[in-house]
Amino acid sequence: MVLSGADKTNVKGVFSKIGGQAEDYGAETLERMFAAYPQTKTYFPHFDLSKGSAQVKGHGKKVAAALVEAANHIDDIAGALSKLSDLHAQKLRVDPVNFKLLGHCFLVVVASHNPSLLTPEVHASLDKFLCAVGTVLTAKYR
Amino acid sequence: MVHWSAEEKQLISSIWGKVNVEECGAEALARLLIVYPWTQRFFDNFGNLSSPTAIIGNPKVRAHGKKVLTSFGEAIKNLENLKATYSKLSELHCDKLHVDPENFRLLGDILIIVLSAHFGKDFSPSCQATWQKLVGVVAHALAHKYH
Repeated sequence: MVLSGADKTNVKGVFSKIGGQAEDYGAETLERMFAAYPQTKTYFPHFDLSKGSAQVKGHGKKVAAALVEAANHIDDIAGALSKLSDLHAQKLRVDPVNFKLLGHCFLVVVASHNPSLLTPEVHASLDKFLCAVGTVLTAKYR
Repeated sequence: MVHWSAEEKQLISSIWGKVNVEECGAEALARLLIVYPWTQRFFDNFGNLSSPTAIIGNPKVRAHGKKVLTSFGEAIKNLENLKATYSKLSELHCDKLHVDPENFRLLGDILIIVLSAHFGKDFSPSCQATWQKLVGVVAHALAHKYH
């Protein structure tokens, strides 16, 4: 799966529109993921996962920052996320199936807050981008 | 048998009651064909699917989207008895239409995104969780008769 020029433009457009709200989007994405897919909570036994948790907010911020970084270096996502890719392969080892779940919930958050932003074309581009990020993060798993 | 709490039933009906089945169905199917273009393989006879604009404006896509979501409405009316409700449809999708059940999951997730765009804050995390359960159960029922 390759990101076309139009895809890259669409993705950059989304993140520029979202701007500083990315952190909140990250937190809400996690909240939705934990609610809809309880099995994802197994990766956070050390977290307080109750509503409004500071740990979830903090982690959401990190996740969002990584997505922003990937969007800012969209021509070389693998390079931009290389350290994160190492971390996921060596330490975190989150099963690859979960990146799709996170990506889906991120799309739901964007749709919920910016319905007019998520046109079908932008939806397709963003979905591809999120897949690409997941692929990079699991690339060194084996 | 899937169990639905009173809260879940409420979250489902409060959203469904406000859904325009024709519009929502058309949009969900169009987005499926746009976001996951390989799903177009089932619709060779739909005419022009060459661009997002063509897909969105395609009358066959709209009509079929309405049909699909209307059927979804039947599921909501028969939450306690989904496998039986979808038994014939499941056989049809397997034997005649040859649709990989993965496509039901893809469409379910697209529907969730369409609902989220439409209902905004009202489509809370717990609302989404209930609807994820619903689309999962519908997909499962549709796949149940596959052999």
